[in-house]
Amino acid sequence: MGIESKLGNMGVITTTLENVVNWGRTRAMWPMLFGLACCAIEMMSAQASNYDMSRFGMELMRPSPRQSDLMIVAGRVSRKMAPVLRRLYDQMPDPKWVVSMGDCASCGGVFNNYAIVQGVDEVVPVDVYVAGCPPRPEALIHGIMTLHEKVKGESIKEWA
Amino acid sequence: MTLHQVEITSDELRNLVSPRALEGETVLLNMGPQHPSTHGVLRLLLELDGETVVRCIPDIGFLHTGIEKNMEAKTYEKAEVMTDRLDYLNTMGNTLAYCLAVEKLVDLDVPPRAQAIRVIHTELQRIASHLVWLGTHALDLAAMSVFLYCFREREQILDMHEMSSGQRMMTTFFRPGGLWRDVTSEFEPAVRKFIKSFPARIDQYEDLLSENPIFIDRTKDIGVMSGDEAIAMGVTGPSLRGSGVKYDLRKEEPYSGYEQYDFDVPVAEEGDVYARYFVRMKEMRESLKIVEQALDSLPGGPVRSDNRKFVPPPRAELGTSMEAVIHHFKLWTEGFPAPKASVYVPVESPRGELGVYLEGDGGPKPYRCYWRTPSFVNLQALPMLSEGHYVADLVAIIGSIDIVLGDTDR
Repeated sequence: MGIESKLGNMGVITTTLENVVNWGRTRAMWPMLFGLACCAIEMMSAQASNYDMSRFGMELMRPSPRQSDLMIVAGRVSRKMAPVLRRLYDQMPDPKWVVSMGDCASCGGVFNNYAIVQGVDEVVPVDVYVAGCPPRPEALIHGIMTLHEKVKGESIKEWA
Repeated sequence: MTLHQVEITSDELRNLVSPRALEGETVLLNMGPQHPSTHGVLRLLLELDGETVVRCIPDIGFLHTGIEKNMEAKTYEKAEVMTDRLDYLNTMGNTLAYCLAVEKLVDLDVPPRAQAIRVIHTELQRIASHLVWLGTHALDLAAMSVFLYCFREREQILDMHEMSSGQRMMTTFFRPGGLWRDVTSEFEPAVRKFIKSFPARIDQYEDLLSENPIFIDRTKDIGVMSGDEAIAMGVTGPSLRGSGVKYDLRKEEPYSGYEQYDFDVPVAEEGDVYARYFVRMKEMRESLKIVEQALDSLPGGPVRSDNRKFVPPPRAELGTSMEAVIHHFKLWTEGFPAPKASVYVPVESPRGELGVYLEGDGGPKPYRCYWRTPSFVNLQALPMLSEGHYVADLVAIIGSIDIVLGDTDR
């Protein structure tokens, strides 16, 4: 595995608690199984055979918000859906993160009209925006890797 | 932004649920809009007697996007971008319906090569859509592996879309008067390879499901609908053909050259979830037949009409022809005017009859653009199909009518 080279004679490694906790958080970040529109199909593609997000410890999509760490807002959020989305976010336990997938969720996309919330950041705090209409699965995976980088730099006191 | 949560009062429920619910004899249960088996953001209000569904009340509109209204604010060619995002599993079919409507409205001819390529792409899209349906339907019934296999083949089709249009899903490849561009040289070998490999893949899915006792138990005699009931509900597409009615718009009102191709319309008599599964599996094989025929008889020639009042000139002409510059400028600043008339064009989408009603007012923008979407109409049948069944079977029934909420709510 390569990790045994770090063992030395004592079988001890030194690191900070924060590093260990954040490493654990990035390696088992469970997304919520929650698709809205077109982007949800690309999210499914990212989960399926060709792209396989389980390489990043994400094979489990949890249908319940109470078991998930990451909300991927995949698609356009209508005004009718916005309260539901906020409620789901509130039900997720800390620590939790939000990826806004696609143009519609990020800024309204091509739909500048009465029905669509112009950016899901009006409703929930967003950590990473992924551009594209819809973003390719690679783009979603890149967004999640970016989120992992962000989580690695977080202080655990932020969520305490 | 202020959020308004809508609460339902018992007065509002009075005519929706049975009187037993108000006395507390039956239970009201909310399913969705965030539920893995409602295939999007469908919300169902269920009245349950034990585990049996007494009433099922669909609540739609969680994905209402205002697409029709947005299209009215754009010129005919620019509005096409919106059509992809209606039924996001059938993007080529949506643009086909819209282009046919515009072509009928302004009386524009399409070259035969463009028509054949349209058929190839639409049929590939039908297979891709059925693959997503099959994967998610099997996933709902706890067969995980089918989903992984289906998405493997779907990626091949998306790669072919990408070769032609540069996009995997939101292609906007068909344009009024033809196509955006001709297909690339690697397209034909890729389709040939797919035609060769795909029948064995369908056999593989059928091996996994068709004779699987768990799958049969969960689908046979569930959600039965007779042919007359289906017609009364306005159900179209594979759901109607699963009830024994042989009605396919590709045969009844051929468009885009479908009359040239030899294919069967699969029908099943039982009208249950399994019959609808059976029809869709057969349809994938028929679609493959159409793709092969269209590819074999693919004519040469241009892929866009040369009627410069409606179709922009090729880029190369802009440097040499003043007339081309004028047409280009006019079309991209103002658009083309359509006469004061109305047209309705239906096409056979993977879900049923997808119709576009376009009304022109003499200007460059549609006065009204209405979509008759199959998911919306087929969803009407859900309460009828689900009443009297267990909640667990409801999941199978929702999967079997194959709704896409983007298509329902528009």
